[in-house]
Amino acid sequence: MATLEIRDLHVTVEADNATKEILKGVDLTVKQGETHAIMGPNGSGKSTLAYSLAGHPKYTITGGTVTLDGEDVLEMSVDERARAGLFLAMQYPVEVPGVSVSNFLRTSATAVRGEAPKLRTWVKEVKEAMERLNMDPAFAERNVNEGFSGGEKKRHEILQLELLKPKMAILDETDSGLDVDALRVVSEGVNRVRETGEVGTLLITHYTRILRYIKPDYVHVFANGRIAESGGAELADKLEAEGYEAYTKGGASE
Amino acid sequence: MAEAQNIPVGSTTAGQIAVAAESTVATRMSAPASFDVADFPVPHGREEEWRFTPLERLRGLHDGTAVATGDGVKVDVDAPEGVVVETVGRDDARIGRAGTPVDRVAAQAYSAFEKAGVITVPKETVLTEPIRIAVHGEGGTRFGHQVIELGAFAEAVVVIDHTGDAVLAANVDYVLGDGAKLTVVSVQDWDDKAVHVGQHNALIGRDATFKSFVVTFGGDLVRLHPRVAYAGPGGEAELFGLYFTDAGQHQEHRLLVDHNVPHCKSNVVYKGALQGDDAHAVWIGDVLIEAAAEGTDTYEMNRNLVLTDGARVDSVPNLEIETGEIVGAGHASATGRFDDEQLFYLMARGIPELDARRLVVHGFFAELVQQIGVADIEERLLGKIAQELEASVA
Repeated sequence: MATLEIRDLHVTVEADNATKEILKGVDLTVKQGETHAIMGPNGSGKSTLAYSLAGHPKYTITGGTVTLDGEDVLEMSVDERARAGLFLAMQYPVEVPGVSVSNFLRTSATAVRGEAPKLRTWVKEVKEAMERLNMDPAFAERNVNEGFSGGEKKRHEILQLELLKPKMAILDETDSGLDVDALRVVSEGVNRVRETGEVGTLLITHYTRILRYIKPDYVHVFANGRIAESGGAELADKLEAEGYEAYTKGGASE
Repeated sequence: MAEAQNIPVGSTTAGQIAVAAESTVATRMSAPASFDVADFPVPHGREEEWRFTPLERLRGLHDGTAVATGDGVKVDVDAPEGVVVETVGRDDARIGRAGTPVDRVAAQAYSAFEKAGVITVPKETVLTEPIRIAVHGEGGTRFGHQVIELGAFAEAVVVIDHTGDAVLAANVDYVLGDGAKLTVVSVQDWDDKAVHVGQHNALIGRDATFKSFVVTFGGDLVRLHPRVAYAGPGGEAELFGLYFTDAGQHQEHRLLVDHNVPHCKSNVVYKGALQGDDAHAVWIGDVLIEAAAEGTDTYEMNRNLVLTDGARVDSVPNLEIETGEIVGAGHASATGRFDDEQLFYLMARGIPELDARRLVVHGFFAELVQQIGVADIEERLLGKIAQELEASVA
């Protein structure tokens, strides 16, 4: 069973000619089939955790370990991590002009699966996945994220999640900027992947709203660069009622 | 790439639409067009038409010190049956009909060449295979002139392929008879040290169609002047260009479309990718719509993709309109960057760095490459792009 283990992770970032520590010792274990919600106020380091796991060059790991099935994730390049089974659905997916969605998806699936998917079954697979996410087929011929609305970008991220079938999915504020309908469609996509039981999910969010659609097994409150409290789904209800104030007194980082 | 977004540091994208009685394209040149090199002062680098060009790398083509070596640059023509291939003296009346040199190097080439090549496709002859002109440098210096003439309703594809190492100043005249269709692919696939300067004039007959692909990859310095004028109404010009400018290379394309007669069309699309320190691409796109040219339909576009730091693009579209009785006129220029965030996004989907770069650059050039229609050139071009990207990633 695939397991992502994060131990005492410390991460810094360079900003304004100064080195700033954002993650200050994160411990977390996510097993295949489990869903962990990471909640916390702005600036608590949630997104830094997501991007550090994916290997974004902006972040420097200064301590700790991350392993996926015992393999050292921190030693891997960004593309190696993806091929090892890590997937990051981004909060702000970037535009890639000149590259069509269909070409991008096929190139990505070829890289992750280790061989080019058979054309006939692939076309069908993509078409059906797009239908489930209420995406217009014309979407496939547009350039990656170019001119996409906020909701289209998030659907496109979840489309990739469904097609790439990772072992560990990190969803970075996938709910932000979505109206209720889009949130429902996107959540259903995530749930389809979860129901296979083959993915561990790290759901990073600021709001409890998405947890009505995606039921977490565990909820962690992130504050000041580490996990301040962990519990079951009931912890989300407490946050809904009381907010993050109890966790931010110590002074959140930017 | 959004319009004029992400302009890399050190690059310019400027444009203007002038509605003027006096053409600023004409007045900003340092001398009127002429076949005689003596009519042009030696440029010092501050002239409008020379300000982007590193004169010290022209190997004397601009100041009279470059001397033809006699051999060292080979020109071979391979033409299908029905085509007339000749080498003629300077006094042949067919030379220089498509246009007059507009700068000193073009005039130098015209004043210095000894023999000119003339290729004629007789009227109503429709070729199924391309005419191939191979210009191969073996370290020599050459002044050249080539005329390609299509009779009425003739159809041909011409590939001019520049390879090797040379210092070359050469002009090309394309003369299209009424209703003729000419596609020209000029490939500048030079070795690293080559210098190539030339003016390519097309004179488009009534209802004739001219399609040009200028593909520039190699050379230390390449500076080309593709120019179009119309001999009668109903002419169409499509000017496409691709360039891949590497570290240290200077690649300059200066286009002019002169809508001098009514009811003609022009469409200009040039796309360039740049990588490496001191890679410098220059694109000048001048379109004139003269007072007589009612019913003109024109559009010009330049797109640049900067792949690394240290590269520079200067892109200057310029449209001058002397009549409002036109179908359409527009221009666009944008320089975008392939940045770390795009690379991260693609790599985060499992795509290795080299494949990610190739995906982006192929995507960027694809719409133009697919239109060339000469399979071996298309393949070579994509192969070349892959090769240059590999070199940069390694």
